[in-house]
Amino acid sequence: MTYFPEEVVEHIFDFVGSHRDRNTVSTVCKAWYQVERLSRRTVFVGNCYAIGPERVMARFPGIKSLSVKGKPHFADFNLVPYDWGGFALPWIVAAARLCPGLEELRLKRMVVTDDGLELLARSFPNFKSLVLISCEGFSTDGLATIATYCRGLRELDLQENEVEDHGCQWLSFFPDSCTSLVSLNFGCLKGEVNGGALERLVARCPNLRSLKLSPAVSVESLNKILARASHLVDLGTGSFAVDHRTDVYHMLMNSFPKFKSLRNLSGFWDASPCCLRAVYPVCTSLTVLNLSYAPAIQGDDLIKIICLCFKLQKLWVLDSIGDKGLAVVASTCKELQELRVFPCDIYGAGTTSVTEEGLLAVSSGCPKLNSLLYFCYQMTNAALITIAKNCPHFTRFRLCILDPGKPDPVTDQPLDEGFGAIVRSCKNLRRLSLSGRLTDQVFLYIGMYAERLEMLSIAFAGDSDKGMIYVLNGCKNLRKLEIRDCPFGDIALLKNVAKYETMRSLWMSSCDITLGGCKALAAKMPRLNVEIINENEETYEFEENLSDLHKLEKIYVYRTVAGPRNDAPDFVWTL
Amino acid sequence: QQNPTQRCFLFVLVLPPFLAFFLVILLLLLRLPNHHHFDVLWCSRRRLMSPPLEHDYIGLSEVPSAAVGGGEEGALNLKATELRLGLPGSVSPDRKDKVGLTLELLPRGFVSGAKRGFSDAIDGVGKWSFASGESGSEVELGKGGGLFSPRGEAVAGASGGQLSGQGTGGKDAAAKAAGQERKAAAQVGSSVGNDRAMAPAAKAQVVGWPPIRSYRKNTMAPNPSKNKDDADGKQGLGCLYVKVSMDGAPYLRKVDLKIYKNYKELSSALEKMFSCFTIGQCGSHGIPGKDGLSESRLMDLLNGSEYVLTYEDKDGDWMLVGDVPWEMFTDSCKRLRIMKGSDAIGLGKYDPVKVLCYIS
Repeated sequence: MTYFPEEVVEHIFDFVGSHRDRNTVSTVCKAWYQVERLSRRTVFVGNCYAIGPERVMARFPGIKSLSVKGKPHFADFNLVPYDWGGFALPWIVAAARLCPGLEELRLKRMVVTDDGLELLARSFPNFKSLVLISCEGFSTDGLATIATYCRGLRELDLQENEVEDHGCQWLSFFPDSCTSLVSLNFGCLKGEVNGGALERLVARCPNLRSLKLSPAVSVESLNKILARASHLVDLGTGSFAVDHRTDVYHMLMNSFPKFKSLRNLSGFWDASPCCLRAVYPVCTSLTVLNLSYAPAIQGDDLIKIICLCFKLQKLWVLDSIGDKGLAVVASTCKELQELRVFPCDIYGAGTTSVTEEGLLAVSSGCPKLNSLLYFCYQMTNAALITIAKNCPHFTRFRLCILDPGKPDPVTDQPLDEGFGAIVRSCKNLRRLSLSGRLTDQVFLYIGMYAERLEMLSIAFAGDSDKGMIYVLNGCKNLRKLEIRDCPFGDIALLKNVAKYETMRSLWMSSCDITLGGCKALAAKMPRLNVEIINENEETYEFEENLSDLHKLEKIYVYRTVAGPRNDAPDFVWTL
Repeated sequence: QQNPTQRCFLFVLVLPPFLAFFLVILLLLLRLPNHHHFDVLWCSRRRLMSPPLEHDYIGLSEVPSAAVGGGEEGALNLKATELRLGLPGSVSPDRKDKVGLTLELLPRGFVSGAKRGFSDAIDGVGKWSFASGESGSEVELGKGGGLFSPRGEAVAGASGGQLSGQGTGGKDAAAKAAGQERKAAAQVGSSVGNDRAMAPAAKAQVVGWPPIRSYRKNTMAPNPSKNKDDADGKQGLGCLYVKVSMDGAPYLRKVDLKIYKNYKELSSALEKMFSCFTIGQCGSHGIPGKDGLSESRLMDLLNGSEYVLTYEDKDGDWMLVGDVPWEMFTDSCKRLRIMKGSDAIGLGKYDPVKVLCYIS
């Protein structure tokens, strides 16, 4: 291969798509390393502190697309303090200086500021796509600068971000010359929206295929928009609440049949059952349906709409669907690949209406099911064993039994055998979240059988250090391990320290890790950052006085070539 | 000729004491509830050498015989409970020596750190929680913070299982007893479930559980009130969740004020919820069941000078709980805070007697 000219090698590398393969290719020899780095167009950084931005940009000067992830996953559940870190600005600054050809930026769980957005908007003439997921720290002013300066913007996708509302005018900042939008998603904005500006924008963008509106967009506005955008493939409705006696409602009923290409429906904020009837005409061609933000829709109405969706591949609902509704899903949606059932009643003061019966039904009716997120009140080993038999293709299996540590209600056993069956049967399982009463046995199974497992989330499980040790000694593809409220201590932490360099990160909170254990880990493994997150203000004044036996509330351990980070707040200590 | 008989004589004389000695040791080991003492000594020694292991106390028995056999342990743990409610530095030195662990004296009022330290120091935690009236404590288990009850049942089950691996004598009895306990716990668990179907139990909220994105929580939060007309009133018309924080506790809880009828119910629910912090036990691993034992003690101490219950009213002022009629309180209370008595001085009229009147 080294006898081929570089252009040929580069051409061959074009066919090497995945990041991992390209990483491997670059380690073969110096020549290949050079060719690969100059021809790389996409870079994915799973942990923004694992490497410095300048180093990435210097190595890959030709990148067009950059994805960076910041905070650990448990930040989604308020376990990571607000100002822990994950700042996007250094990445934007480095890219502006070293990779001006950047076209696409995807950030997840990072802190993005308006200044960062402005720098982004001004620095990249070819910028086409901005995707922000679960980010925070910016406002609609930042969006306005993106709208103003990014000529040729194709995609602006804001998913579940915390955006400060500084007014609704940002939409009007899209110049009249902007006709290139393909995807616009601002569903997470809480403030008012300038309906007129939105309608005009939609009207002048003939390529618009994906539009997701925020709850503030009224049905009247929606009607006008739908009138101009009949080629939409992906629609997120805004507020879907309107009185069925009005003209607006009738217009809505007449709008949907025109959508021949609509495949994804979401939004439905505050949707009422009668409005839902408007979408019946398009149900038969839908592949993705997200009704998880419509708590007013009860089981029967959900059933009526699901009965029509026989091409559905992805379904997100609330547990008001009930076991009965899930049985309907099982009999109708034979193409179903992903199912997410969220609890209506988040504080658990009542009952959820889905149990293991619903999931059993879906597993037997939908053989293609490969991705699951299921919140329920109870689960049995028998059900899990049957589910594992019915659906051996799971790649993502996340089961959350709302009562932490709840055993099998029928046999009163822990759920070890059930989850054991899942990992044994689903050879391609990449992501697993456990719940319910679990002993060390389930971790033995996971270590033994879950060979492809990359991400494991554990809460309120295990009896002893052995549990964690089983996982660390098995699971050779493990990348992310996050643990909360389990009795794992220093022995488990220190048993297999080399493992952490093969993983992206380890999160442990409310376990039995002590300061001494972390110090030992940091001493043994200098290429790991061992971060201690200590939110109790009283202790960090006295940090010198803390003995090694002091138990730590939260630790975050990750491999890095960048050394301890310099933007850590006071309550984060890197050992 | 002399020597053999002499030897025999010696043999006869010396052996019995040795035998007796070994028998005594054996008896002691067997009699003690599931090798408590042995484990205690062993564990405490280990603790000196290495960081404490949580499973030590799970391995320790919670079988009913513990209550019988471990009389002195029981008393010891009562004392442990009582003292631990004070400031960390106030732990009695003799108990520290007994356990053989040097407690770091953490600076004032650092309860959450202390909670860890103490749970290690007092390895009787496990013992105590189950050594106390088993069925009694389990009933409390069921009613108490939802988080902890299943865990407690689970721990009971698990340690019962582990127990059969350890120890020689009383193995079957232990397993049987553990099985019975587990069953009782399960029944309580299911009855909790049924209760839940009828009316919302006083569930404590744990940070980050259930694992739902905060985005979704924030988006859905206002909806339940709109939902109540359509739904079967799962949430009920008045669902008045307020945050409860306790000085020194690592995380907040939430309580629904509407389910209590008076200050007394509220205060006992709060005690149950927060007892795990004051007892110095790692709340996340859920050793519940102490409620049955410590409630009276907690009430004494909460009503004493240690902790005071305060609330923030509509105007943003911090007031002592108990001054106004209950209905007025639930209308105006925005959040609750369990303050240290010393901090509460100057908060309106701080009168322990008055607090006592309303709460007890």
